[in-house]
Amino acid sequence: MSRNGPLALVFHTLFVIFMLAPILVVCFVAFTPEGYLSFPTDRWSLRWFYAIARYPEFVSAFWRSLWLGAISSAVAVAFSVPAALAIARYRFRGREAMTALFMSPLMIPHVVLGIAFLRFFTELGLGGTFIGLVLAHIVIVLPFALRLTLASAVGLDRSIEHAAISLGASEGTVLRRITLPLVLPGLVSGWALAFINSFDEVTMTVFIAAPATVTLPVRMFLYIQDNIDPLVTSVSACVIAITVAALIALDRAYGLERLLVGRSADGR
Amino acid sequence: MAFLALDNLTKHFGSHVAVDGLTFMVEKGEFVALLGPSGCGKTTTLQMIAGFVEPSGGAIRLEGRDLLAIKPAKRGLGIVFQSYALFPHMTVAENVAFGLEMQGVAAAERTRRVGETLALVGLGAFTGRFPRQLSGGQQQRVALARALVIRPRILLLDEPLSNLDAKLREEMQIELRQIQRTVGTTTILVTHDQAEAMALSDRVVVMNHGRAEQIGPPHEAYERPATPFVANFLGRTNLVNGATVRPEKIWFATSGLAGKVRTRIFQGNHWLYQIETADGLVTVIRQNTGEAMPAEGAAVHLAWAAI
Amino acid sequence: MKSTPYLLSLPALLLFGAIVIVPLVMTVLLSFHDWGQYKGIEPVFILKNWHEVFTDSYFLEMFWRTFRIAFFVTLLTALFGAPEAYIMNRMKSPWRGLFLLVVLGPLLISVVARTLGWALLFGGNSGLINKALVSMGLISAPLPFMFTETGVVIALTHVLMPYMVLAVWAALQRLDPQIENAAVALGAGPFTVLRRIVLPQVMPGILSGAIIVFALAASAFATPAIIGGRRLKVASTLAYDEFLNTLNWPLGAAVAVLLLVALVAIVIGCSRLVERRYAQVFG
Repeated sequence: MSRNGPLALVFHTLFVIFMLAPILVVCFVAFTPEGYLSFPTDRWSLRWFYAIARYPEFVSAFWRSLWLGAISSAVAVAFSVPAALAIARYRFRGREAMTALFMSPLMIPHVVLGIAFLRFFTELGLGGTFIGLVLAHIVIVLPFALRLTLASAVGLDRSIEHAAISLGASEGTVLRRITLPLVLPGLVSGWALAFINSFDEVTMTVFIAAPATVTLPVRMFLYIQDNIDPLVTSVSACVIAITVAALIALDRAYGLERLLVGRSADGR
Repeated sequence: MAFLALDNLTKHFGSHVAVDGLTFMVEKGEFVALLGPSGCGKTTTLQMIAGFVEPSGGAIRLEGRDLLAIKPAKRGLGIVFQSYALFPHMTVAENVAFGLEMQGVAAAERTRRVGETLALVGLGAFTGRFPRQLSGGQQQRVALARALVIRPRILLLDEPLSNLDAKLREEMQIELRQIQRTVGTTTILVTHDQAEAMALSDRVVVMNHGRAEQIGPPHEAYERPATPFVANFLGRTNLVNGATVRPEKIWFATSGLAGKVRTRIFQGNHWLYQIETADGLVTVIRQNTGEAMPAEGAAVHLAWAAI
Repeated sequence: MKSTPYLLSLPALLLFGAIVIVPLVMTVLLSFHDWGQYKGIEPVFILKNWHEVFTDSYFLEMFWRTFRIAFFVTLLTALFGAPEAYIMNRMKSPWRGLFLLVVLGPLLISVVARTLGWALLFGGNSGLINKALVSMGLISAPLPFMFTETGVVIALTHVLMPYMVLAVWAALQRLDPQIENAAVALGAGPFTVLRRIVLPQVMPGILSGAIIVFALAASAFATPAIIGGRRLKVASTLAYDEFLNTLNWPLGAAVAVLLLVALVAIVIGCSRLVERRYAQVFG
């Protein structure tokens, strides 16, 4: 029994309804048996899910988003590990400025980044290429990877490494047997958060993706601009289902709070 | 030749002098305590011996050879850190075996020695546990075992008992002393707790502002303090009639310094008194012999033997 | 040894130098270029685009609309998100963790999917909301939500709500629950505790959440594009238009750079204010 009174619980219920309504509506409409937007009242149908197969551009966009997310997150994590170690352990000139620089993509509107990359890649001949997308996404997701890697590095007790050294371990051994295993949870959760952000990104990607290299959110967005029909709702429903599954898995493994806030619900 | 010799050891952090020309020797098998308030340089000294801080000047010699020329990983010292620094992702057995692994000791031999050392610290049944499953006292013993199993030339203890509660700390002090006697390792303990230093060590180095104010056996430093700082740091002192007198050396007599009992506190095996006198507030400690003692507000006379 | 941190940071630094700083500088320069429908982009240094952005009423109205929407979204998220965070905080597990998942989870769900949901809820006669309101007898004719500012505000509030809840939640975790108990023991009623004890301590969290929400709302793209439609332009969709439809890149760049500068100024300025105001409380 929580300490919340009835008024609070009513507010809370309405709030939750507000948060879930659009998501549930999309999933609902995806099951319509009709050929147009409507709510399935007496019959449910999977026709619009099967229809996805007739639109290979959605399927290929899905795989592209998956690869894009996986690769850019992995690279972002790889770059952020040494940087996180540097920031966590050393007091050096420019430390604050450098941290701010790495976190800056969070503060730059994605539309600005999209424009900047569009111009930059076009000049370099990378306009509309997958490589360009990867580079752009690495920049966008690096702050998330860095934040979590940094939290892990900061949480690492230096004396543990000193203990290993005093027991005769070489620098390589310390890194391999002590440091990396202990920051690994941070790395993996950093990768996961980075991946989710890359997978969902539309604002910047819509500028730099060419028709041949379109990602799933951009494909969905462009489709909606022309018309809204049940097809895009079934695609959305699939995306929602995958995301929810990933969410639950992440929450079980690390705790959603730790992923987003940086500390877990029981304060660990 | 001394086993370990610190020769004019100095460390500056910018303009702050942490350790100032520290010189002392340690004999083989000795238990030496570096004692002092926080900021006195004792931990910095320990870190210089361990090799994690580079001295600004001076030398450290182990068995006659220059220790500073050897990298920390090769110094062969056993260290127990204040936070214990156990490897959280390894079991107790793996933690203790790590140093032996680094030395290249074979697996069977490792298991044997790990078992031996864990038995020595009373944790024989805990080999498969992880550090987070252990209590503070147990973690401390694992840290000790991990340092001892490699048969270090010197055992360095950095405030190892400060995170334990009072009762446990007392028990661990006795055990630590026994283990050290059994194994015979030369030991250097860093602590701010004067009772702990006096209980455990053969000799104590009382440090203040980076310098050693007195080096000697605990009993001597207590009874014949070299400086006012040492006198005040090791136990309580009173300044009466220009003389420094320990509270337990004062007794209630029929004549002497007149005073009135302001506070009386019962502390189990002794009584702690605060007496108002013409010379100021005097602290008196009397053994609890079961006899009746002056109550608060009573008029008393104080007498003592000169130091 | 001294250079270790610099060496460690070098890969990331090079990456950012090449891929963040250079493109941004190029964009700023781009905003000063000239453009014509037939000559394309001319790399000169003129103020034509900036002049247009600052004086043409079309742009001023668009920026005003952008910040107006952002303001209302911020207000709504604060008004509803903060209490919700507080209420959830007082729940016991497993409800606490469950509802946190429900409220924060949408953050990770595709913004396009979420906005699509609002398009379905709003859409004309068949929009669910209107249907419900009509059937309940509250209104006689369907209210316009699609292609209106109101619709954009509601949808954006939903999209950005988790950020506010997150910020307030984080602030709540730092509170010592005993402080509330101390106030109650001294005779304070529940509303007094809320108003005089909890709210002042949580305020920095609300304000930092507000800064984030405002910045994201002002630079939002997908939601205003879908709900607002082609006629209701905000800064991001206007820049998109200029870049990909009209192809007037320099003008689009000017709009984007102005948005960036305005947001950076607002974010840094407000953050400083919040810090200074609350520094003495939290050190």
